[in-house]
Amino acid sequence: MDLFEYQGKQYFARFGIPTSQGGVVTSVDAAINLANQIGYPVVLKAQVKVGGRGKAGGVKIAADADEAREEADSILGMDIKGHLVEVLWIERASSIAEEYYASFTLDRTAKLHLCMVSARGGVEIEQVAEEDPDAISRLYVDPVEGLSAEAALDVVTKAGLNPTARDEAADILMKLYRCYVEGDADLVEINPLILTRDGHVHALDAKVTLDDSAAFRHPEWESLDGGQDTDFREEMAKARGLNYVGLSGSTGIIANGAGLAMSTVDLVSQVGGSAANFLDVGGAADADVMVAALEVINSDDRVRSILVNIFGGIVRCDEVARGILEAMHRVELRCPITIRLDGTNAVEARQILADHLSEKLIAEPTMLGAARRAVEMASA
Amino acid sequence: MSIFVDESTVVVVQGLTGGQGRFHGLRNRAYGTKVAAGVTPGKGGQNVDGIPVFDTVAEAVDATGANASFVSVPPRAAGAAILEAAQAGVSLVVCITEHIPAHDEALFFNKLRREHPGTRLIGPNCPGIISPGKCNIGITSGDIALPGGPVGIVSRSGTLTYQAIYELSQQRIGQTTCVGIGGDPVPGTGFIDCLEAFEADPETRAVMMIGEIGGSEEERAAEFIATEMTKPVVAYVAGVTAPPGRKMGHAGAIVSGSKGTAKAKMDALEKAGARVAKNPTEAGELMVEVVKDLGLGGPDGS
Repeated sequence: MDLFEYQGKQYFARFGIPTSQGGVVTSVDAAINLANQIGYPVVLKAQVKVGGRGKAGGVKIAADADEAREEADSILGMDIKGHLVEVLWIERASSIAEEYYASFTLDRTAKLHLCMVSARGGVEIEQVAEEDPDAISRLYVDPVEGLSAEAALDVVTKAGLNPTARDEAADILMKLYRCYVEGDADLVEINPLILTRDGHVHALDAKVTLDDSAAFRHPEWESLDGGQDTDFREEMAKARGLNYVGLSGSTGIIANGAGLAMSTVDLVSQVGGSAANFLDVGGAADADVMVAALEVINSDDRVRSILVNIFGGIVRCDEVARGILEAMHRVELRCPITIRLDGTNAVEARQILADHLSEKLIAEPTMLGAARRAVEMASA
Repeated sequence: MSIFVDESTVVVVQGLTGGQGRFHGLRNRAYGTKVAAGVTPGKGGQNVDGIPVFDTVAEAVDATGANASFVSVPPRAAGAAILEAAQAGVSLVVCITEHIPAHDEALFFNKLRREHPGTRLIGPNCPGIISPGKCNIGITSGDIALPGGPVGIVSRSGTLTYQAIYELSQQRIGQTTCVGIGGDPVPGTGFIDCLEAFEADPETRAVMMIGEIGGSEEERAAEFIATEMTKPVVAYVAGVTAPPGRKMGHAGAIVSGSKGTAKAKMDALEKAGARVAKNPTEAGELMVEVVKDLGLGGPDGS
């Protein structure tokens, strides 16, 4: 789960990482009140989970209440790369001397944690990596050993941070590592990490991606609202416990297993169609799951045809077949459904479906054949 | 021959008394796998359909000579279970558990790497390993696999592994071993480990490799194929149409920025000399040609 900047800063605060004093608002009036409390000048920042908001006009400085009103009014409701701005973070403007970069993430090749620090902050780190790879100082951290204070100071020094910033930056790095590990984050990134004119270091931005698999040991995550960025189909799917990603095509997909689901989406495109979604029903494709899956897909107006691709392993195809028939009683489908079932109990499954086949319920013996048929139906 | 498992593999199932452990453990035994013991702390002395249950892996190993473990326990217990198996001295641990926190995974991977270099971990979040006719540890349906080789399969995805096995079996092409390495960011065993083992296995004459979006393991495997492998490889990569920034089911399957795309992986594999298929069916068809070229017959059974 990606956090909004303000959520990331609140998460940082739990681990003692200094950030600018500020708060969130959702209306212009509340923005003025908050800005008055904080004291001018303030920075108003659009809360969207997409990069490049500064260029899009989503980050502005206000010197007084009139300016704050004007900027809040223009940013709230703004569309930034398809993301509607509904929340505004307002903080005291910082007097910036230098801008740095710091992050932790997992290096999948080394299978170690990777800390990156750079004296060239405030720009996209990918850009720095491309233009001047030596400007990024890298430190691999073995999770068994953890990060030592010496290593933190060393990487900060190697990155060429201003000597006055080193001690505080190294201390923030130690706290950021705790936030990353104990906070079960896949990524923590501060860009920029700033040195203020009065010689202190703090986080001016916060990018945090939490590991959904660790939610069981973080009850506090429940209060983190995923927010406005998900589409209604994904919210519906989430409420039903389905592993769903919305796409924009006209063939609805149901498959078991992430790989097979991905492969099915690809195949639909290869035979000239386009998938409306990725949906992995996993290892429990019983009637309830099929009903839930069909409900979500049926709610998508763009869907003209549904493709079910199941390879029975743990999943028994006969149960899937019964589930589909029951689901068709419980959900009134707007469009035809093409089914391919193979693997465990596929023969029984085909017998079960045999009596119910029609122009609304089609069985195909192969994955490729089923994809072709479903795409044909979508364009019919 | 086969890789990592064979007729002499004796398995202890950690979590045998749980729903999944019981189902798959008994299913593996019915396939012919030597499932000698179960382990559930506090349930030592019980048995599951005649399979004795012990409190610890060490006791189970002492009593039965088990040399492999099948870990089927909930995510929060998986790390400790894997390390316990390694400490008890088994040389292979297969963990099917899904949704293990990434930090736990990184920690136990590195503990294994430092303290138990003799223990191979397959998974987590994987379908397991099957050497048709010899040994099946995990959730793969044994009846779709065809014994005798000549093809080895390695895959990051569960159901796509079944699909690949099925496509080959339909074409009457047998498999030596099929390894599902799993879709998590830190798999215990990677593509290269399997490619290396298949290259060394005299019975394996060709390899089918199934990748997916995310990470750069397919690219690293491509380098290995180009420089170290003499045996032909047929590859398929899922997720060509996956949008960037969205996890496609597996924790590891995500395109970030320009990295981890299926296109980049397919290009790298093609450049390395692998034959790259657009879909699983085509992968099966390409393997038919490869097997024919090797003079091993194929669909005709010659």
